[in-house]
Amino acid sequence: MLSSKSFVDKLRENGFDFFTGVPCSLLSGLIAELEADREIGYIPSVREDAGVGLCAGAYMGGRQPVLLMQNSGFGYSLNAFTSLNLIYKIPVLVIMSWRGCGGKDAPEHIIMGDINEQLLETSGMEHSVLEENNLQQVLDAALKKIRNEKVPYTLLVKKGMFDERH
Amino acid sequence: MKGIEAFRKLAPLMKNEPTVLANGFISREFFNVTDRKENFYMIGSMGLASSIGLGVALAQSDRKTLILDGDGNVLMSMGTLAMIASCAPKNLMHIVIDNEVYESTGSQRTLSHEIRLEEVALSAGYKQVMRVTRPEEVQPAYEKLYQAEGPVFLLIKVEPGFDSSQGRVTHTPEEIRDRFMESITG
Repeated sequence: MLSSKSFVDKLRENGFDFFTGVPCSLLSGLIAELEADREIGYIPSVREDAGVGLCAGAYMGGRQPVLLMQNSGFGYSLNAFTSLNLIYKIPVLVIMSWRGCGGKDAPEHIIMGDINEQLLETSGMEHSVLEENNLQQVLDAALKKIRNEKVPYTLLVKKGMFDERH
Repeated sequence: MKGIEAFRKLAPLMKNEPTVLANGFISREFFNVTDRKENFYMIGSMGLASSIGLGVALAQSDRKTLILDGDGNVLMSMGTLAMIASCAPKNLMHIVIDNEVYESTGSQRTLSHEIRLEEVALSAGYKQVMRVTRPEEVQPAYEKLYQAEGPVFLLIKVEPGFDSSQGRVTHTPEEIRDRFMESITG
């Protein structure tokens, strides 16, 4: 397990300075950590696609945004990624919880859990699966993509990666 | 008043404010009236002009930021009105050209004939809202809201009448982004 605080600190050390998202229980520890620091100014988005738009505007205004969402929200935001970020070249770091990973979850998560990685690949959205021992490595890959190609990069987060706060 | 008359009234009032324009006839028609580097023409991602504008306004809190939106876009992302009200950027002015139809796709009706979008914005928590219907009202309303503390909402009722023979935005998406960002940070 990674500590939510150390992960948030790491993101900030790497220049990320704008945080928004739609919650998932798998990300609850992270969001609690972001909400606890008023200086961070975490913004609850009402929908994932609105979060994509918000981050796009923040990026063009000079910030380096992070968007948190459950993978269910990837479906809602797919058009935003394909007709905004990927054609205008507007990057964002997406922290996406991987519900339904391995086919073990509530019924509503099974299909997206199954197609999650393929859907990202088909859409031209590069991603890595966050593990306990690859944080710096995946962040470096994300930063390279974000700075050089200016497109979104997704970190998939499995259950148990962060503490959950209910 | 048609949409283009509203744009002809608005364009001379605008200075160097970053402006996010909704997709469809709003971007196309405004582009044909006045192209400026501060215009972010949103060609896809329907519904997101408001969230993009909010992001710009929050990132550039010292600069007046404009959203030039349409009724279809606002209806699609009504929740974003709540985000704007909650974040309450003082520098944000949300202008909605309301023609009550999805004009770019063949004028199918939206719901804004019955639903007063400026009242939705006021209920959400915008600081001030105005609704105008006549060309001569556009400038005074714009100037009044421009001076007010945001977020503010100006609804301009127009008749459909987009000339679809008018060209599309000729800049590529990356060019649009580059000049928009340069106008902010350059």
